[in-house]
Amino acid sequence: MDLNIIWFFLVGILIIGYAILDGFDLGVGSVYLFAKFQERDIALNSIAPVWDGNEVWLITGGGALFAAFPMVYATAFSGFYLALILLLFALIFRAVSLELRNHFQKESTKTLFDWIFSISSIVAIVLFGVAVGNVLSGLDLNKNGDYIGTFFDLLNPYSILVGVLAFFMLSYQGTVWLFLKTEGEFQQKVKNWAKVYWSGYFILFLICTLLTYVLHNNLFTNYLTHPIMFAIPILALLFMLASIIRIQRNQPLCAIIASSLSIAMVILTAYLSLFPNLIIAKNPAYSLNIYNAASSQLTLQTMLIIALIGMPLVLIYTIYSYRIFHGKTKIEEGY
Amino acid sequence: MDAELLSRIQFGVTAGFHFIYPPLTIGLGTLIAIIEYMYLKTNDEIYRKMADFWAKLFAINFVIGVASGIVMEFEFGTNWSNYSRFVGDIFGAPLAAEGVFAFFLESTFLGLYLVGKNRLSRFMRFFSFLMVAFGSTLSALWILIANSWQQTPAGYKVEGGRAVLTNFWEAVFNPTMPSMFLHTVDASYITGAIFMAGISAYFLIKGKNLELAKRSLKLAVIFGVIVSILQLFPFGDESARVVAKTQPEKLASFEGLFKTQSKAPLLVFGIPDPSQNKMLVEIGIPGALSFLADHNVNAVVKGIDAFPKDDLPPMTLTFYSFHLMVALGTLFILTFLVGVFLLYKKKLFTTKPYLSALWAFIPLPYIANELGWITTEVGRQPWAVYGLLRTKDAFSPLPAGDVAVSLIGFTLVYAVLFGIFLYLTIHTVKTFKMD
Repeated sequence: MDLNIIWFFLVGILIIGYAILDGFDLGVGSVYLFAKFQERDIALNSIAPVWDGNEVWLITGGGALFAAFPMVYATAFSGFYLALILLLFALIFRAVSLELRNHFQKESTKTLFDWIFSISSIVAIVLFGVAVGNVLSGLDLNKNGDYIGTFFDLLNPYSILVGVLAFFMLSYQGTVWLFLKTEGEFQQKVKNWAKVYWSGYFILFLICTLLTYVLHNNLFTNYLTHPIMFAIPILALLFMLASIIRIQRNQPLCAIIASSLSIAMVILTAYLSLFPNLIIAKNPAYSLNIYNAASSQLTLQTMLIIALIGMPLVLIYTIYSYRIFHGKTKIEEGY
Repeated sequence: MDAELLSRIQFGVTAGFHFIYPPLTIGLGTLIAIIEYMYLKTNDEIYRKMADFWAKLFAINFVIGVASGIVMEFEFGTNWSNYSRFVGDIFGAPLAAEGVFAFFLESTFLGLYLVGKNRLSRFMRFFSFLMVAFGSTLSALWILIANSWQQTPAGYKVEGGRAVLTNFWEAVFNPTMPSMFLHTVDASYITGAIFMAGISAYFLIKGKNLELAKRSLKLAVIFGVIVSILQLFPFGDESARVVAKTQPEKLASFEGLFKTQSKAPLLVFGIPDPSQNKMLVEIGIPGALSFLADHNVNAVVKGIDAFPKDDLPPMTLTFYSFHLMVALGTLFILTFLVGVFLLYKKKLFTTKPYLSALWAFIPLPYIANELGWITTEVGRQPWAVYGLLRTKDAFSPLPAGDVAVSLIGFTLVYAVLFGIFLYLTIHTVKTFKMD
């Protein structure tokens, strides 16, 4: 396995890590407004100590993409310009509203921050999905790798549908997290939400897969050459089923492990269909793949050493932090 | 306006806004770690209350820094795609390393500290904040590795229109890295010291939270006098000498030195007129600039006349930013020297005019930080990467309208954020009552 392939997978791991971890706190944001005012403190406190660390997966992913595949970083971020700026605004509003809400005393101010937090979470989730949809359907690039379509070309029905899938997937992840961290009446309510979001997640994954076959069957090339790979989307469905069964049986920890694994498989399904490309151009000659878009071997090697030293440390203290906060979230614990 | 100019303005707005917050994160973070250490050693409850109070202000500052920091991570790609393609092989690695080594550390341990401190032992409280302070300092290290490489690229070769890494450690330890890192971190310490001193002074003036205020003020003054003097010598001095060696046209612009000369003067005051290539007014110390540049009063220092016009940074902005920064740095040293003197005379907590001055000085280190940043980044122009890639060849070919929309958006959003930041910080200070 060469360094370029290793980095293809490492970037994938960062994306998956981000989707699973920030996924649950974005998801909490997405379903947040359904909670009663008193319940919101618990929902917020359950993610307060960890959301920022989760978001670092995105920042590190951005940095790793820049370092390992600078051409992809440059093309994707400038190509999705307005969408990305909107995403940044959503992430800014989200961070500020969730951290600073409880610095204010008035209930009306808190409610305003609640709305900002929830809407910005949903906007961020959907934009991530739409971006993935566009990467899958291919971009209009010129020879230099610059995007030559318009902002509105990005809002095509296929990509929007992937955005909706992302919405259900991460909202479900958020409800499973809340199911784990809450108790009593609130937990029962969360359980019902989980079933609704789960149905959307399950059905949209099937629809998107089918639609991809109809509209972009070039993405099936890898699967048809190596049919064993079909195990991945099948595993995605099995983990989804396992997760909802565990919720039904009131086993939240198993449920969140299963839903996290399902997210990993869903993303892997899409990500591996691109291989060895990272961005498919409408004109295949301009596609960016793990070789023509990559940094030098020396940089990839240096980065690998950085990752091998750094990531185990990160995992150790991240696990430590989650262990400190394990168990049900109490209302008085927060900022 | 074209996309290039708009992208430059946007980068200035977003980076300039972001840079309000990290220095306090580093400076105040370090001071809180010291307070937690005292709590660990003495088990005196006052130290715990001090740490809790300062951590509250720290958290408000931190979140705005995080929120505006995400933008920086993405903006090289969005607005400077040609820059990203050119430098990606070198510039991306420190950004990724910053995430892996620094951001995870500070965010995880801050979350642990702020939300979980009742579940933590005294040692873990101290250790958590130590990791927050350490993480934010590491973050400064990696980002300044990236930034200093733009000033003095090293460990690379240009191949196929891209800078390609040839030696990682040479790129990391490029000529300006050590001085920029030390200078910036020390500026952050000064920011933290004045912030803590100013707010403590406010409590003393109002006669509130006296025990907390006295201990905090004493800590800030002692810490402040050390770090502000270190900033003059060796850090500031070393920064200037490195610039003289590696970016002589930048030094000439700092100093308004139009003619190459030996015994070059260091200006105490001056008004440059770049259109006539001369100083309208100047009061300087003869030979001092030569001494600063080379530790030799007779050294020849290159002036503006030694460089092609196309390679020169805009002089007026660079000149005034530099001189105002130096003036403020001098003021900080004097401020803390007076503080130490008053402490020695046992009058520190009762000298009202001095306390009022401290309270009023809180914005000054922020201004000095921004000026220092302007000095070094505007002084690098017209290059994005010094000597290799011009700024005009670095931006993304975006529709100008798109960049205008985002620029207006950032300006409005950041204005709101700044308002919230000021309101919450001031409100927290004014309503705080130690129980």
